Amino acid sequence: MRFEGTDTYVATPDLMLAVNAAITLQRPLLIKGEPGTGKTMLAEEVAGALGVPLLQWHIKSTTKAQQGLYEYDAVSRLRDSQLGDEKVKDISNYIVKGVLWQAFEQGKPSVILIDEVDKADIEFPNDLLRELDRMEFHVYETRETVRAVVRPIVIITSNNEKELPDAFLRRCFFHYIKFPDKDTMGRIVDVHFPNLKKDLLREAMEVFFELREVPGMKKKPSTSELIDWLKLLVAEDIPPEALRSKDRKTVVPPLAGALLKNEQDVHLFERLVFMAKHNR
Amino acid sequence: MLIDFFLHLKAKKLPVSTREFLTLLEALKEHVAENSIDDFYFLARTCLVKDETHYDKFDQAFGEYFKGVTQIPGLEADIPEEWLKMMMKKHLTPEEKAKLEKLGWDKLMEEFKKRLAEQKERHSGGSKWIGTGGSSPFGHGGYHPEGIRIGGESAGNRTAIKVWENREYRNLDDTVELGTRNIKIALRRLRRFAREGAEDELDLDGTIAGTARNAGWLDIKMRPERHNKVKVLLFLDIGGSMDDHIKVCEELFSAAKSEFKHLEYFYFHNCIYDYVWKDNRRRHGERFPLWDVMHKYGEDYKVVVVGDATMSPYEILQPGGSVEYSNEEAGAVWLQRMLDTWPRAVWLNPEPERLWDYRHSIELIRSIFNSRMFPLTLAGLERAMRELNK
Repeated sequence: MRFEGTDTYVATPDLMLAVNAAITLQRPLLIKGEPGTGKTMLAEEVAGALGVPLLQWHIKSTTKAQQGLYEYDAVSRLRDSQLGDEKVKDISNYIVKGVLWQAFEQGKPSVILIDEVDKADIEFPNDLLRELDRMEFHVYETRETVRAVVRPIVIITSNNEKELPDAFLRRCFFHYIKFPDKDTMGRIVDVHFPNLKKDLLREAMEVFFELREVPGMKKKPSTSELIDWLKLLVAEDIPPEALRSKDRKTVVPPLAGALLKNEQDVHLFERLVFMAKHNR
Repeated sequence: MLIDFFLHLKAKKLPVSTREFLTLLEALKEHVAENSIDDFYFLARTCLVKDETHYDKFDQAFGEYFKGVTQIPGLEADIPEEWLKMMMKKHLTPEEKAKLEKLGWDKLMEEFKKRLAEQKERHSGGSKWIGTGGSSPFGHGGYHPEGIRIGGESAGNRTAIKVWENREYRNLDDTVELGTRNIKIALRRLRRFAREGAEDELDLDGTIAGTARNAGWLDIKMRPERHNKVKVLLFLDIGGSMDDHIKVCEELFSAAKSEFKHLEYFYFHNCIYDYVWKDNRRRHGERFPLWDVMHKYGEDYKVVVVGDATMSPYEILQPGGSVEYSNEEAGAVWLQRMLDTWPRAVWLNPEPERLWDYRHSIELIRSIFNSRMFPLTLAGLERAMRELNK
């Protein structure tokens, strides 16, 4: 199995190499990067390209490592016991399988996405060390050991909100998705809008990269915002000329709300435009 | 194989472990990377470096180690002709170029390969093939480093060497950058969750346990919600030599304000004496005696002092040393008193750490603070937060 990028996802050579290393050596791959650079998308695309099922596990601040393995549904068992249901005698009726368990028992390759692992408690990654390393765990309630038949491909994303423990990092491959340069960005847009007019794209990209250069921006627009904005431009049928005024700095680009998500950034930008207008 | 490379990374203070090194070797064995230095660079990075803040360090170390190497050491040599041609052109005088036209490429290529092989014997300290500072015209030392660069124009600007030579990840090095968001994340280390206050959350596990103990009769258990209960006192040096550091202090302040619920801040000038204040415009009218502050905020508060600690030693050591008024007790006495009240305290210094040894006043305050002075960089901030959490 090799991952070579897909029709809908542009992967740089270094990213491809990292993914392939993770596939070949069957170790988890940890992905970091600016928001909106396609970290979560990667897992979907890898699963799609390899033609294997994708199992997603989205992490919240309250997520426990145990939930990825299995949960013991005590509440329904309690209810069933009060109702005198026969099911109650067998504890395995109340074991709810988690994402890892589901993947382990597939019997064929699969992709597990552990999304935003940094949102969870600081102990979370440590609790999963053995499970991800050996791909097995023990179910105490039924006294059985679940072992992966075929080791799944594990992709973990992080937004850097917490530092991950060293022991965890050592077991992973790591890749940082850099913000794409102009060429790569062109290919990414191509993939999303194959029929986009060349001149509109050129103008839009220039506006976009200029906007990213504005100093003091709190949240720089990212790839996903560019794509959204282009979608709007196409939907509204805005001509390329509208983006190319005589001096681009003196006009707020149309539908800029799709690019600037922060009130302060919008103010800052409008102020800059205003100043540029009056300096001449 | 590659052990020197691994040790070189270690020597450059990259946190690499044996396990990761073995992973790299395993990946090479499985032919994850093709036989090119670009692939090897990416593979080594993905195996050995687990934090983008170390990318820059890695790029430097990698560049240093593999300067002039076109192939992965240990694998058979196959020097790309493109590269050789590029190299030759750069080192040739016009006369030689003319000669070259007569000789033809192939002949010269032979010559070059011979020299390269010779030089390998002469200079290679292990796995470096072209030594730095060699006497061969194809060596590196004494020549413009561009001359030896692999890739160049023909390879386009997407090759790895561009990445490590440009040091694209310099910004991510955590000794440099300090943005509000980064500060917030660093400050999060201080979080202390605790359950306090009104019981308004259903404790499911407790309820189940209680019910089971009751032989099936429901026994509802409640508990208070989890809150971040860390309390922070921030003292900020303002004016004078601190004017150079306004931006970084502003960022720290805004991050701290949104991160902690229990945050109190006070300003001081140069060193802390009898009074501090909260509003710089009314600093002479509205002052808070430090005694009151010490009585009001208990020892569970963690103290962060931000200041460059750059002043005349008299301002710390002598009564009456303050530049603003005649203080009855020396700054050192007040600082010691603060540390007695709040044992968990750190001093953050925006001046670069390498300058500290040269300033007497910094030395003084540092010794009063028991070496708990940290630079105001992301790495320093993290060290400070770890210290506060001890």
